[in-house]
Formats: sequence, structure tokens, C-alpha cells
Amino acid sequence: MKFKLNRMIVLLGLAACGLSVHAQQAVKIGFLGTLSGPAGALGQDQYDAFMLGVEHLNGKFGGATVQVIKEDDQLKPDVGVQMAQKLIEKDKVAIITGVTFSNVMMAVHKPITEAGVVLVGSNAGPTPLTGKGCSPMFFSTSWNNDSLHESMGQYATDSGYKKVYMMAPNYQAGKDAISGFKRFYKGQVIDEVMTQVNQPDYSAEIAQLQAAKPDAVYVFYPGGMGVNFVKQYQQAGLLGKVPLLSTSTVDGTTLPALKEIAVGVVTGSPYSPDIDNPQNKKFVEDFKKKYNRVPSLYAAQSYDAAMLLNAALTKTGGKADDKEALRAAIKSAEFKSVAGPFKFNTNQFPVRNYYRVDVAKDASGQAAFVNKGVVLKDHADAYFKDCAMK
Amino acid sequence: MSLSLFTVQMLNGLQLGVLLFMLSAGLTLVFGIMNFVNLAHGSLYMMGAYFAAAAYVRSESFVIAALVGIAGSAALGFAMERIVAARLYARDHLDQVLATFGLILFFNELARWIWGASPYYMNVPQALSGTVSLFGISYSAYRFAIIAVGLLVALGCYLLISKTRVGMLIRAGSSNPTIVAALGINIKLLNAAIFALGAALAGVAGLMSGPILSVQPGMGEPILITAMIVIVIGGIGSVRGAFYSALIVGLIDTAGRAFLPMLLRGILDRSTAQAAGPALASMLICIFMAAVLALKPQGLFPVKNQ
Repeated sequence: MKFKLNRMIVLLGLAACGLSVHAQQAVKIGFLGTLSGPAGALGQDQYDAFMLGVEHLNGKFGGATVQVIKEDDQLKPDVGVQMAQKLIEKDKVAIITGVTFSNVMMAVHKPITEAGVVLVGSNAGPTPLTGKGCSPMFFSTSWNNDSLHESMGQYATDSGYKKVYMMAPNYQAGKDAISGFKRFYKGQVIDEVMTQVNQPDYSAEIAQLQAAKPDAVYVFYPGGMGVNFVKQYQQAGLLGKVPLLSTSTVDGTTLPALKEIAVGVVTGSPYSPDIDNPQNKKFVEDFKKKYNRVPSLYAAQSYDAAMLLNAALTKTGGKADDKEALRAAIKSAEFKSVAGPFKFNTNQFPVRNYYRVDVAKDASGQAAFVNKGVVLKDHADAYFKDCAMK
Repeated sequence: MSLSLFTVQMLNGLQLGVLLFMLSAGLTLVFGIMNFVNLAHGSLYMMGAYFAAAAYVRSESFVIAALVGIAGSAALGFAMERIVAARLYARDHLDQVLATFGLILFFNELARWIWGASPYYMNVPQALSGTVSLFGISYSAYRFAIIAVGLLVALGCYLLISKTRVGMLIRAGSSNPTIVAALGINIKLLNAAIFALGAALAGVAGLMSGPILSVQPGMGEPILITAMIVIVIGGIGSVRGAFYSALIVGLIDTAGRAFLPMLLRGILDRSTAQAAGPALASMLICIFMAAVLALKPQGLFPVKNQ
């Protein structure tokens, strides 16, 4: 026992030496996301996928060992800023990735980019940062908030729906949803209903909606709100009768809670687990194997962020200390996105495809996402012209 | 607005009302009798929903889910009373608030740890999955079931409290716990039993909400606030008060969300009405509570002989 203990100490000591030697070369990356509370599933998906990316690359981006330091913003902007400052000042990270919600993003992007740290957002894409407030140090592997909804607006127009009823929670992203949808929808909007954020019950609104007799309904209810809404819509007997179009409502994080209840929902998404390319096949297979669930768009975007950073660090020879070189390398990095074609616009947001993804029963009778083709091809957001960068 | 829409909205209000009653009955009993502020009551509701959903996923039987959900939350309530609450009766309300707020965080993280951060699956039982047609508008059969269960629970509470010996002790305890203890009643056991009963009622609410709401960590907090408003309006300690005020709050909240934006559109322009409607609707029950407190500080149906 004593001998074993001694040997353990020696081994630990050696391991510690090994670590410290490596730490000199390691590139430190901060992951900041919403990991706790009701919306924690979204950030968890981002983190898990990023770590899967790190694992796929054997812990090395461009030959340099990667050390990921994870922090939880608790969906509170002030906590997000504190955590960002901790990552920058104490951990001295070169890159921060993640950021799940727009309100946190609005609070943290300035402290991060002004400290000369590269920020690679893998979910939140608030409009101000897409246009006038764009920053050379800020990259997104996701989208501008509006773009998600533009694809469903286009789809509603293509499908010939004349009267659409819209619902969203009463906050910035909900308003972005309504304006994004309307930018591409040519028919008549019967009503736009804004509900309280985190409202659990929609029975009153669903009854009003039913009485208005729309051709289709468009909703944006991320997280648990989406589970509530879709369940209640289905139980009111409307799913299958009045088409339910949505974005970020039924996704990888909420489908397990809905299963066959959601069959028939049409979603607009930049990602679907069944997109046919080799990198996505590998990603989905290994994600399922490792975490026992289907990856969501949040996961896909975060995996892309890992692949993007790997491609960039390959260009710089694994070095992250020269900010300008790193920035240029990210901007021109070539990597294969799991979601298909991907390139950065002048505002450093992606130009990418948006798909129609249906919830349908797969071969084994389980509810799954089925990609029904591209709605908006190589789509750029509506704000890049307001960005001063060229 | 058509009569059918009005009827459906009243049913929605009634359904929300009975759900709120099941939550606030336990809350008001514990507050009224033991003078204990239990912020973790919403956690009992959440855990009830999780117990039921977990049993449902494994057994695919709603009856088993109901048994597990109710028994589980009652047991949890009993344990919570013995381990935490009993030590805090003598302390002031601030300590109780702090301790039970801690319990909220504890249970949310526990649920996340056991069942994961994503919402958990629970669907309506097959027999109740259809809709009932009401003059052209379909209404979920399951929501009728919630109304029925809620009214049955209310009837059960009424019989228990007004017609049984235990009920007599509960009523006496809510008026003067010291005298009840002095009369040789095992007040400790009575307290634990009342706590467990309240937890079981929260469990029934959780069980019935599981199929219509998202079962997820933190689901107890928004509804707990409304349940608090209900017991303040109804009069603390009064189950009868909780029943009437839960129905009033349910109806006001539903009517506000349904009809207020429509009414506002008559006087304001469309975009202002769109923004003001939901904001005002969500304030409505708080405004109502303020009005009640201004006129009747003891609530609408206070416990008599206090």
C-alpha cells in the first residue's frame, strides 16, 4: 500500500511536470455559455459538441495542444461579463467561443473584443453585432437572428399561405423573429401575438388563434417554451390541420421531450442531422455514441467553431499570440462545415444555406428530423452592408 | 368575439384555476398552520412531475405514473418537513425564505443531475389524447380531465377539512397551534402529515401538468409565484379561500391574455396595443392582488375566529 502510494505521488509529480511543459505551448480557449437553469441544455450541447471536435482532432488545433476552460454565464449578462473577464485576465485565453443567448452576447462582446481576444460566437447572433456594431475580433459560426426566420418567411410565401398567425415571446429575439419572417413573407399577417417570456401555458392564445382560422401558424419558442407550445397545439387538435411553421422551437434539445407529439411540425434551420456529407455523418454518429442523443443546431455550430479554429491555427502554425495573424487566419480559414457550404461575409457572419426540416417518423418509427431541401441558398443576412468592414 | 370562443376561454381559466388550487392548498395549509414560508413548494410540484414522467416513460401507464408521482412527492414532502422545515418553525420568516430558496436551487440541480438539462418527455394518456368539439372549436379532452381531477381534489379537501377529526385538528391548528399542542395532540406528527398532504397535492398538480407542460428544471418557480398570489388573495391558511381565489386568478389571467389585447386595439393603434396588451395582461393579477389587499388586508376569505 505504502509503495503504491509513493508510486502514485511520483506518477502524479511526473504528470504535473508533463502538464506544465505542455502548458507553455497549449492554446487556451475559453468556452462561455449558458450551462445551468432551464435553458442549460442549449449551452451543454454547444460545449459537448466543441469538446467532441477537440477529441476528433486529438486535442490539438493546428498541432498545438488545446486547453478548454469552461464557464457558465447562467443566462445572466452580468455573470457573463464577470466570467469573460475571468477568462481574459486570470486564465489569459486567446480565444473565447460559445455564448448561447443574445442578451449575454450583447453584454460580453465589447469586453472580449476590446481586450484583443478573438470571439467566435457559435449561437447568439444579435442584429446590432451584424450591422453597425460589427467587430474585426468577432466571428460567428451561426447566423444573424433574423436570418433563421427569413427562411420560414420564404417557405410560407413559397407554399402559398395567404393568412399567417404569428406568435413569439416578448423580448428582443422574439421581435427579431417577427421582423425576420415578415421580411420574406408576402401574404397577410392576421395577428402577431407576443407572450411573456417563459410563459408555461398557451391555452388562451391557442384558442384565439384557432378562432382566427389562419392558413398557417408561425412560432418562435426556444427551449421549454417550445415544448409547452407544441404539446398544447397538438392537444388542441390543430397539428396536422393548421400547418405549424417554426424556428428554434423543435430542435435537438426539445425533440426528446416531444417525440411523436411533434410529428408534422415544419422547421426552418441552418442544420439538420441528416445533411448528407462525410463530416456530418462522422459528427452525428460520434455525437450520438458519446452523448446518447441527436445533435442540435447549437451542437453543429459549435463543432464547426472547433473545426474553424483548427483550420485557422493550422495556418498560424499553432500560434495564437499574434492577434492580427490569428484574425486573418480565421477569416480565410477553410474548413468543411457539417451544415454544408460555409463562407464568411464581410461582417464575419456566415453565408450559408437554410433548410426546411420536418419532424417525421423515421424508418424505426421514432420521431426524427428530415431535411426537405434548401429554402434559402447561400443566404447572407440583411445587415452586412451596415458593417464598416470590407 | 363569439360565444364559443368565450366558453373555451372560460374553460381555460377554470383549468388554470384548479391547477393553481392544487398548488396553493398545500402552500396555504403550511403557511397558515405552521407559519412556515415554503418557497420550495414549487420544487415539490416539479419533482412530482418528474417522478410521474419517469414512471410513465418506463411503464407507459398513466395509472402507475399517477401513483409514483403522488406517493413520491408526498414522501419527499414528509422528508423535507422532518429534515429541514421542522428545524425552522421557531426561526423568523427570513431564515425560512433563505433555507427554502436554497432548497429550490438544490432541487433544480438535482433534477438536472438525474434527468438532464433538456426537458423530459411525458405525453397525455392514449384515452385522453383526443379533443372535444365545442361549437366548432376543439378543446383538449385532457384539459377536461384536469378540471375534473381538480374539482375532485377540492371536494376531497373540503370533506377532509370540514368532516373529519384530522380536519378539525387542521382547522384548530390554523387558528391556534399552541392550544392544540397543549391539548395533547402530537403536533409534530400533525405538522409532518399536513406537509406531506400539501406535497401530495403539489404532486397531483405536477402529474396533471406533466403532459401539457415541459417537464424541466425550474418549472416550479413561475407557477409558485402565482400560487403565492392566490393564497394572499384568498386569505392565508384558508383552503376554501385558496379554492375561490385560484378560480378567480385563473379566470382573470386567462381573460386578460385573451381579451385585453383585443380591447386595447379598440382604443390604441395596432402596434401599441400589441406591445401593451401582453404586458398589461401579465400585470392584471398583481393589480387585482393589490386592490384586494387595499380593501381587505386579510384576503377575501380569511380564516375565521383568528
